[in-house]
Order: sequence, then C-alpha cells, then structure tokens
Amino acid sequence: MAMTDVAHDAVDYVRPAEVAEEALYHPKTWLGKYVFSQDAKIIALQYSMTAMAVGLIALLLSVLMRLQLGFPGVFSFITPDAYIQFVTMHGMIMVIYLLTALFLGGFGNYLIPLMVGARDMVFPYVNMVSYWVYLFAVLLLLASFFVPGGPTGSGWTLYPPQTILPGTPGADWGILLMLISLAFFVIGFTMGGLNYVVTVLQARTRGMSLMRLPLTVWGIFMATILALLAFPALLVSAVMMTLDSVLGTSFFMPAIVSMGQTLDYSGGSPVLFQHLFWFFGHPEVYIVALPAFGIVSELISVHARKNIFGYRLMVWAIVVIGGLSFVVWAHHMYVSGMNPYFGFFFATTTLIIAVPTAIKVYNWVLTLWRGNIRLTVPMLFAIAFVFTFINGGLTGIFLGNVIVDIPLSDTYFVVAHFHMVMAVSPVLAVFGAVYHWYPKITGRMLNETLGKFHFWVTFVGLYCIYYPMHYLGILGVPRRYYATGVTDFIPESAQVMNAGISIAAIIVASTQLVFLYNLAVSTTRGKPAGDNPWGATTLEWQTATTPPSHGNFGKELPLVYRWAYDYSVPGAKEDFIPQNVPASGDTGDAR
Amino acid sequence: MALAIILVLLVVGSVLFHFLSPWYLTPIASNWNYIDDTLTITFIVCGIVFVAINFFMAYCVYRYRYRKDRRAAYEPENKRMEWWLTVFTTVGVIAMLAPGLFVWAKYVEVPDNARLVEAVGQQWKWSYRYPGADGILGTVDIRHMDGRNPFGMNPDDPNGQDDVLVNGPEIHLPLGSPIKMLLRSKDVLHDFYVPQIRAKMDLVPGMITYFWFTPTRAGRYDVLCAELCGTGHYTMRSHMVLEEESAFNAWLATQPTFADTQAVKVASAGGSLAEQGRQVAESQGCIGCHSIDGSPSVGPTWKGLAGRTETLADGSTVVVDDEYLMESISVPNASIVAGYPPIMPPYQLDEGEMAALIAYLNSL
Repeated sequence: MAMTDVAHDAVDYVRPAEVAEEALYHPKTWLGKYVFSQDAKIIALQYSMTAMAVGLIALLLSVLMRLQLGFPGVFSFITPDAYIQFVTMHGMIMVIYLLTALFLGGFGNYLIPLMVGARDMVFPYVNMVSYWVYLFAVLLLLASFFVPGGPTGSGWTLYPPQTILPGTPGADWGILLMLISLAFFVIGFTMGGLNYVVTVLQARTRGMSLMRLPLTVWGIFMATILALLAFPALLVSAVMMTLDSVLGTSFFMPAIVSMGQTLDYSGGSPVLFQHLFWFFGHPEVYIVALPAFGIVSELISVHARKNIFGYRLMVWAIVVIGGLSFVVWAHHMYVSGMNPYFGFFFATTTLIIAVPTAIKVYNWVLTLWRGNIRLTVPMLFAIAFVFTFINGGLTGIFLGNVIVDIPLSDTYFVVAHFHMVMAVSPVLAVFGAVYHWYPKITGRMLNETLGKFHFWVTFVGLYCIYYPMHYLGILGVPRRYYATGVTDFIPESAQVMNAGISIAAIIVASTQLVFLYNLAVSTTRGKPAGDNPWGATTLEWQTATTPPSHGNFGKELPLVYRWAYDYSVPGAKEDFIPQNVPASGDTGDAR
Repeated sequence: MALAIILVLLVVGSVLFHFLSPWYLTPIASNWNYIDDTLTITFIVCGIVFVAINFFMAYCVYRYRYRKDRRAAYEPENKRMEWWLTVFTTVGVIAMLAPGLFVWAKYVEVPDNARLVEAVGQQWKWSYRYPGADGILGTVDIRHMDGRNPFGMNPDDPNGQDDVLVNGPEIHLPLGSPIKMLLRSKDVLHDFYVPQIRAKMDLVPGMITYFWFTPTRAGRYDVLCAELCGTGHYTMRSHMVLEEESAFNAWLATQPTFADTQAVKVASAGGSLAEQGRQVAESQGCIGCHSIDGSPSVGPTWKGLAGRTETLADGSTVVVDDEYLMESISVPNASIVAGYPPIMPPYQLDEGEMAALIAYLNSL
C-alpha cells in the first residue's frame, strides 16, 4: 500500500539516544533560570510576551486609525502627521516585531526542540543573546515615539526619497531609530534563526527522519531559511538609507527639488530601494504564513482525529512555496515605474504559487473530510484560518495578475487583501496555537467559555471588517489617506461603511482583553491539563513532566518509530498512536 | 453545528454583498474595459472556488462532527485525487493568467500616434505640460527650477518655447485619441491616479515614467495621488476634464506657453483683487494644505485667519496681520504656528500676486 512508505518506512530498531540528561548544565540561580535563561522554552516565553506587548501597542494604533477613518474630524489629536505615523508603526510592528518574532522566536523556540526530540536548541547561549538583541531592537523602535518629530510616517515600506525628506514626519530622528532598530532585529534574528535551522538538521532524535517531522516544524524550519536569506536585503537597504540620511550619499536619492530647495543629491534610484525592500518583503509574507500553515495542519489533524491528508505533498508544497517566494517580489511594484515587461515574468511566477498554495487548502479540507471532528477552541480557530486564508488567497490572484492589479493597486482592496491573508489568517493561527499548546506550557487548560466567546467575536468581527473593505478598493478609494475629502466618485454611503468598520474594529480589539484575561487567570485557576489533553501523537505531548523541565525529556530522549499523524489507525486501541510507540508495541497496530 | 451554519452564512452573505452593495467599479472613461473584463473573469473563477471549497468545508464540519463511537478514516494519501486537484487548479490559474497577460501586452505597447502630455508632481500639487505646436516637449532639468520656472524648462531649448504650461488645478484632454501620459516628479514618489481611467503609474524622481489610454467619455474626474508622499498626500488633488477636440483646443489656447511665462507680466486677470487672489491660491496649490472652510488640514485653515491671534511653536503669540501673512508666504519657517510641522516651501510671488493673495486671505 502506498500509505505504508509514508508512515513506516524506517527501521524498527533505533539505537539509544546519546546525550545523557546528567550531562546538561542546569542553571543554579533564579536569574539564570528565568531572566538570562538559556532554556529555549523560557526564551520562547520571553519572545512571546515581548511580541504580544508590542503587538498591543500596534493594536491600539490601529484603533486610533479607525477612529479617524470612521469619524473624521471628531478626534482632533489625530493630525495628518499622527495618522501616517500610526499607519507606519502599526504595519512595521505587526509584521516584524509581532508576527515574525512570535512565530519564529516564540513558537519556534518552544516547539522545535520538543517536537524533534532534542534537549534544547544547539547553541543555547546564542539563543539567549538573540532574545536580548530583539528586546533592544523593540526598545529602540518604541523610543522613536519620544524623540523630536516622533516616529517615522513614511509607511511601513519606508520608500525613499520621502522617508528622509522634511514633508514626512519623523524624517530626522524617527527614521534613524527605525532603521537602526531594524538592523538590530535582523542581527538578533540571525542568531536565533541559525539555531532553529541547525537544531532541525542536526539535533533530531533517533528515528526522526525529515519526512517524519510534524508539519509545524517544517513550516517554521522553511520560514527560518527564508528569513535568513531575505533579511540581509533589508539590512543592507537600512544601512544604505542611513548613509543617505546621515552622510548625504545618494544610493536611493536622485536630484531633487524639495519644498523649493534644490538638494545635494544626484544619481540615486528610488526604485532600487523598492527592489531590495520587496526582495525581503515578499518572502516576509511567507515567513509569517508558513509557520501558520504548519501549525494549522497540526491543529486540524489532531482535533479531527485524522492523519493529515497528503503529508508528503504538504511538505513539498512548503518547500516549493518557499523557493518561489524569492522570484515574485516585483508583483508589489507593477505601478512603480520599473520596466513594464517585467510584468509578464512576475505575474506568471506569482500565479504559479497559487497551485501549491491551493493544494495545501485542499489537503486541510480533505483532512476534515471523513474525520471525527472535535470543535475545540483550537480547532475553531484552525477552521477559521482556512476560511479567511481561502478568501485572502483568492484576492491575491487579483493582485498578482498584473493587469488586474493596475486599477486595484494602492487602494483599499490591497489593504483588505493583505490583512486577510497575512494579518487575520496568521493571527487566527496564533490564537489556535496558543489554545492548543497552553496546556503544555502551563499544565492548565484555558477557560473554554471565554475561549469560544473570544473566537466568535474575533472571527466574525474580523471578517466584517475586511470583507467590505475590498469593495471600497474596487470603487477606487486610495489607501493611506487621512481623509477622503470631497470627491465625485466616492458616495456618502462609503462613509457609513467606514464608520461600521471602525465600530467592528473597536469591538474586536477590546475582545482581545478577554483573551489576555483568560491567559493570566488560567495559569492558576485553569483546569489541570495532564500530559496529553488532546490525545496528540507528537513528542512534545510525551514529556515526563508538564510543563517540561530543563532538558525537555527527563532521563532518556524519546525514540521515534512512526510519522506524526497516526490518528484513528485501524485496529489500534486508542484513536492515536504517539510517535515514540514502537510498531511492535501493544497498541494493536496491525502493521 | 453552529460553525457549519456560520460558515454557510458568511459565504452566502459575501456573495449577496457582492451583488447588492452600492460599491463597485466607477463607470469607465477610457479604452481599458479589457481590464474590467479580466477583473470580471477573475471574480467568476475565484467566486466559484470560494463558494465550493467553503461549502464543502461546512459540510465536513457538520457531517463528520465528533461522535464517541466513530473513528476517522485512515488515508494518508490519495495520489489520484491529489493529481486531479493539481491539474484542475492549474487549468483555473491559466484561465485567469492568459487573458491577463494578453491585455498586459496591449498595455505596455503605446500606439505610435499617441499624443504626449506630461504630468508633474510635487508635494502636494499637480501641474501639466503640453508639447505645443511642434509636438515636441522641450528638455527639462531640476537645476533650472525656481519660482519663475517651476517646470525646470531649459531656457535655451527651442523645442520648449512653445510648450504649454498648466500650473493650475485642471488637465484637459480630447476624447478619442490615445494619450501617452509622461510622469515626472520633482521630489518624492507620487502616483497619477484617476479611478475612471483604470490605468495608473507612479511618478519617480530621477526618471520619466508613463502609461497610455484613450479617453472615451466626456466629463470631469478627480485626479488623486495614489502613492504615499508625506503629510499632505491626501490633499494632492486635481481634475481631469475629458472633452471634444474643439473644446479642448479652445481651452489649450487660453493657457500660457513657456515663452509667455518668461515674458514680463502684463495686466493680471480680471475680477476683484480678492478674486484674483483666489486664482493665485488655486494655481499655487495653497488650498491643498490650507482649508478655506475651517476644516483641519496640513496647515492652519484660512477661514478667519486674518486678525486671529495664533500661538507659535516657541510659545509666543502673534496677531495675524498682513505683515505676518507676507512673511509666512515668503519665509514660512520663520514663525510656525504651534502644532504644525515646518514643511511649507517658500513662495516667490510678485507684488501683484502677493497683494491679491493677501486680499483674498482677508476676505475669508
């Protein structure tokens, strides 16, 4: 049977693991255990909490933006300058400092060693430094709120020349802090990222072949490779722009008359920056999406009590999407003034990505098909992810197809699309993941009633925010506008919609407080979870203690005998068989 | 159960919203209805996929909901099905990409007989240039730009002398013949955007970009900037008037050539002094940043400005008199009103224009 070579192709006998638990260096002091910790699990929590704290600031900024858009002129403290500063900081924080840090630094650190059966990341010290550099980058970024002129208001894309010219807020101090902060983020991330890649490649336990890795690990692993290859482009463009700003070089600056003054620049190319930025920026989309893909595959399989459908194709889809993501960047630049003949190439590569992406969607849905679906809170979020991702993925076909992009680019259609696909979807995956792994991290379950309330308001609310927004874009309403003002083509009713969207946004944003409350209260009052409350097969649920101690697995590392998705195996006693149960064990596994 | 119902409702609601909502493409005013057709094809293909997959998912959620006595099927792979789905998806993608690339080929090939018109962007104002009787646009350079020569025309280029310069709030174009819009920026990125034309393109300082279209429907349309260009981005407006050839020619004849603008100014336009000032404000783009109705904008509103007491950035106060107004126009950064960024460019107006503008300000 074809299925056997997926599930059971490796040998049954596995040599015992070699790293003895005693050999590990355990921290002796409170400071070494919880603050300057080298334990990937603590570092994961540090990353996650920092990312969530800074994410709350970005959430607040989005509420302020929506107040201005929904009720223009009512809130006089939101000036045109403040508005584009909010836009900029909201975007940059959410994409880089929240989602990238949370998926890779947070989930990557917690899950990779546990899921591959390792005691820790391979370079624990570098791993610790990675977090502190990230924290420093976050503080630098937040400092820009307090310098003269405030944070930069150039949009998260930081397009020169306006970024460093006086018509844009934060052109002196704000932008420098942003660029330096980004440089530190990249440095910190590189330390962590090398760790994740080497750990997956070198520290897997006996029997854990690459084709037995849980898809969560595959998603995070591939995303990290993308990040290691893409972030250098961001780093060099940040350095070059800093030089343009501080030393007066002209990498990105042509001859300019700004506000009546002839400037001292000449010969640089603003489009060059856009190429560098999007060479980073497009893979960045998948840096956020691939871990979400992996996590959702995990959640759907576990809670549908069914193996993930087409595991090998799922792995190949992740790899192919990752590879293709490096040859599609200029689809963000169809109206940038680059040579229009590039459009043929980039539209074609972009639409090719639709094929492996669609396969992933089919396989999620086919995993539900003939499953035994438990609608737990993590499962609700996973299904909501698939729903919004289908929506956001399909509108991506509009924008990837160069000629259809022309009327839609720089309108609210773009805003709606990228929020649906790389904000709403990944965030729903994050929530699902938190509800799913919280019992392992704390030993207690999150409150289910609060969880369901949180789910319904968030899912339906977010859809009500972003679905109508597409139609503002089709109508032609441009994005990044402080106010639409008087036009002939925007009807009064559009303002009604804007007000409605703002109200929905405020409701959804405040509901996140319920989630935070749940997170805090359940650490002490949650129902005790036990080691494996969901009946999952992967190694993190097979630890000796919950939460897992330093070194993860106690005396002996687990040995792996099967793939990660042996759910509802015919003839087996339970509806799941953990990865570390031998084929010849007393599970009733017939093969 | 609830989830299955909500999923179905969201899908049905989305489809209904598409057909019933009042927000959709503006009526087209150019030859690019191909773009609208491709958009429609994409909507049909994607709409079908959206409805089909989500209905199937809702069905699964309902049909295979958890039962203690049931086991899920065990089926790691199904090569046949995966193969068919891949082929099916590829066909769907080709059905959308192929017509798209076909139209794109038209979009990148500018017709040989296209008329040249140039749009010039600066923070936060549009101006326009026509080639004049010789059909050739004169050369320009950033070094030639100053208050008297805002287009940066090369004064020694004979081709530029008859170029028609429109330093005002409207661009006029004749119906029926293809137009090649050349785009030039003085300072930062902008994007020449008229929703009804469908086509758009960024303006990039240091290079000339372009796109082409044929105007097909008479009317007056909003011109907006679609690429974030700083604080006043949202105020960077103009209008595009599409009209019959004869009306267009009549309008064009009233606009000054480069040679005219360099000649000594003769009597200014008619109307009262304040009315002339209104025209100055419009042509200089002042009202892009200063509202005349009291609404908040990039700079202080002009409504009731004259005679008001303003607090300056350094904490001192000043009564807005003619002297202060003149200083603020020619040396804007000398004393900035508190709460506003120091971003206004200095304007070099001649005495008549200045007097008219001050009169206009006093009338508001």
